[in-house]
Amino acid sequence: MKAKHQRLVLALVALAALVGAGLLAASALRDEAAYFYAPADVRAKGVEPGKAIRLGGMVVKGSLKRATDGVTLRFDVTDGKATVPAVFSGIAPDLFKEGSGVVAEGAFDAKGTFVATNLLAKHDERYMPRELEGMKYDEATHQLKVER
Amino acid sequence: MIAEAGLAALWFAAALALLQLVLVAMGLTGRKDELLAAVRPVAVAQGLLTALAFAALVTLFLRSDMSVLLVVTNSHSMKPWLYKFAGTWGNHEGSMLLWVTVMGVAGAAVALFERALRRDTHMATLGAQAAISLGFYAFLLFSSNPFARISPAPADGQGLNPLLQDPGLAFHPPTLYLGYVGLSVAFSFAVGALLTRRVDSAFARAMRPWVLAAWVLLTLGITAGSYWAYYELGWGGWWFWDPVENASLMPWLAATALLHSVTVLATRDALRAWTVMLAVVAFSMSMVGTFLVRSGILTSVHAFAVDPERGSFILALLAIYIGGALALFGWRIGTVREGEPFELVSRETMLVVNNLLLSVILGLVLVGTLYPLLTEAFGHKVSVGAPYFDRIAGPIALGLMVAMAAGPLMRWRRDSAAAAGRRLLVPAAVLIVAAVVVGLLAWGRIGILPYLGLVIALATAVASVTPLWRRSLRRTPLFTWGMVIAHLGCAVSLAGMASDSAFTVEKLVAARPGDVIETAGWRLRFVQILPRAGDNWTALQADVEASRGGGSPTMLHPQARFFASPPTPTTEAALLTRWDGQLYVVLGQEADAGRWQMRIWWKPFVTLIWLGGFLIALGGALALVGRERRGWVLKWRARRAVA
Repeated sequence: MKAKHQRLVLALVALAALVGAGLLAASALRDEAAYFYAPADVRAKGVEPGKAIRLGGMVVKGSLKRATDGVTLRFDVTDGKATVPAVFSGIAPDLFKEGSGVVAEGAFDAKGTFVATNLLAKHDERYMPRELEGMKYDEATHQLKVER
Repeated sequence: MIAEAGLAALWFAAALALLQLVLVAMGLTGRKDELLAAVRPVAVAQGLLTALAFAALVTLFLRSDMSVLLVVTNSHSMKPWLYKFAGTWGNHEGSMLLWVTVMGVAGAAVALFERALRRDTHMATLGAQAAISLGFYAFLLFSSNPFARISPAPADGQGLNPLLQDPGLAFHPPTLYLGYVGLSVAFSFAVGALLTRRVDSAFARAMRPWVLAAWVLLTLGITAGSYWAYYELGWGGWWFWDPVENASLMPWLAATALLHSVTVLATRDALRAWTVMLAVVAFSMSMVGTFLVRSGILTSVHAFAVDPERGSFILALLAIYIGGALALFGWRIGTVREGEPFELVSRETMLVVNNLLLSVILGLVLVGTLYPLLTEAFGHKVSVGAPYFDRIAGPIALGLMVAMAAGPLMRWRRDSAAAAGRRLLVPAAVLIVAAVVVGLLAWGRIGILPYLGLVIALATAVASVTPLWRRSLRRTPLFTWGMVIAHLGCAVSLAGMASDSAFTVEKLVAARPGDVIETAGWRLRFVQILPRAGDNWTALQADVEASRGGGSPTMLHPQARFFASPPTPTTEAALLTRWDGQLYVVLGQEADAGRWQMRIWWKPFVTLIWLGGFLIALGGALALVGRERRGWVLKWRARRAVA
């Protein structure tokens, strides 16, 4: 390699690497943008079983049940337009309760139940999952508004 | 009085920074040596004043002086003294004061100890350091005054976020900041060298120890932070791709690339423009990180306050410094001669590969971290989580490990492919054997990334010690040892990550006192559950007796704590460390009458993650001492030759 051309070659290689990285990021982020679902999105678009998503909504009042093993919770998540059954095994956050907002990470099983591996609830006023910030629940109409 | 003295010290330090900048500018342009002679004392005085201001704030916190607003909002007289002390930087204003202090002290250190650099470049470097400091003094004094008083003084303070009330707070932020802000020195060196047109191998040799020192501290800070999050949050994870973690990872990636390219420049006089660029990027990433964390645009345990004014202030500083440095780079880079050429098969090429891969990871992490902010500007709330980062960073990091294994076994400038191949024979054989053995043992039970991680960790561990093969260990220079140990640390850490994600066993139960839980060869007996109280918290504590293989049992005490001020529940996980892994027990809520939720993990070899991080930092420290010591020996010999 001639000395004169080396800098040019290095610059081109760096450019190619950056463009490659940009394309990679763009494709990965396109999937990621389709990462958060409200129950209405689930009904409208459908989510294939096993695909990792975040499901956000409100825990329907009266739907929260604890199984006899003491660690499995069953509850329904709603956004006012649609309702999705969900199940979670684990230690729920302290502020996870009926009538409050929740973001659940997990995937749907074959029967259409959302199997959550992680629950994000509002921890305190200083720490809140991003998607929960835009959620407002209207007590009168039982409508959950999700600003996105 | 102490608060006023601290504030005065800050103002004086800011004035000295301005003076330092003016002295350098007038001295260098007008070639006035008498002005330049004053620069070093001014820089040292500035460093001392910042240290004084910081000491003043620490004193106020230790005394629980409730007439100071910051102490009221972030401390409480009932807090143990360690958290009063460490609580000094557990808030926005205090942490920015720590930032400014580190910057001032680092500037003083450059003034005092830097001897290798040409005088004009040294002066320009100190001028650049003063210019960056000025912006952060302004930020502190105009929008984040830590010494503001409150009148009338309340009876007691509001307390510190309980998640931060941990010995980790005393170690993690200061180390991280030393590394983070230490990179400002590299930035100033780059600006100084561009201004005086001295980008060459002598400049790189002078900059290298500063980069190494900052990098070692950054590595330690990140390692400590990861372990802290691991045991304090009680989620069993050691890295969450939280934007704030990314904010510390990005400068580390840039600094790691810089560390390697500065070595190429110092030894081979190649990659000049690239090295200068990386030095600018590394500290820019520190500033971007600070912007993300301190502006309050992110919600996180690290984001102490939401204040748009502060966010705009830091954004303006970012634009000025990064934009200014890049403009200077564009203006002056034409005058930087092209460095020495090298062949395709050479150590330089491998280091270029290392730099490219690190930069690509850096770019991808940056995009993933900023993307939610960009989309929010267009009205969409999106989280970018672990799936994105794991998917993109994982494979590239594995490629990086391969380059790391091969690089040190290649010769500088040119190498024959056949000879390099022979040197790589043993690691390649280990790679194949490991691939087959791990494949046979665990195929189908573990994912593809953990599988590749385990195999590559084994091969790179062997490759990283291969440079010592057939060398006299006693005569191997210390910096070669440093490289070997740091690279070995990467392999060790990777092995821990892969083992944790491949082999962790999780068990979730609802148990009542007297129950016995068996998991992963462990036998845990839930003895009892009792209330406990600390200085500023109450807790329910479970006593769990753990044993395995008939060995003597150990008592574990996981707690569910409740802090009174501010009122917050936290979980205190109980950890039992054995040579082959950690048992991690978390106490949950009461499931129903008399039964308690308990989450138990057995994490084989998880501790290797942080052991590896420590080895990486140790390697860096050895390399630093090795290079410096060689300098001392050479100087001593030269002096003796003269005598």
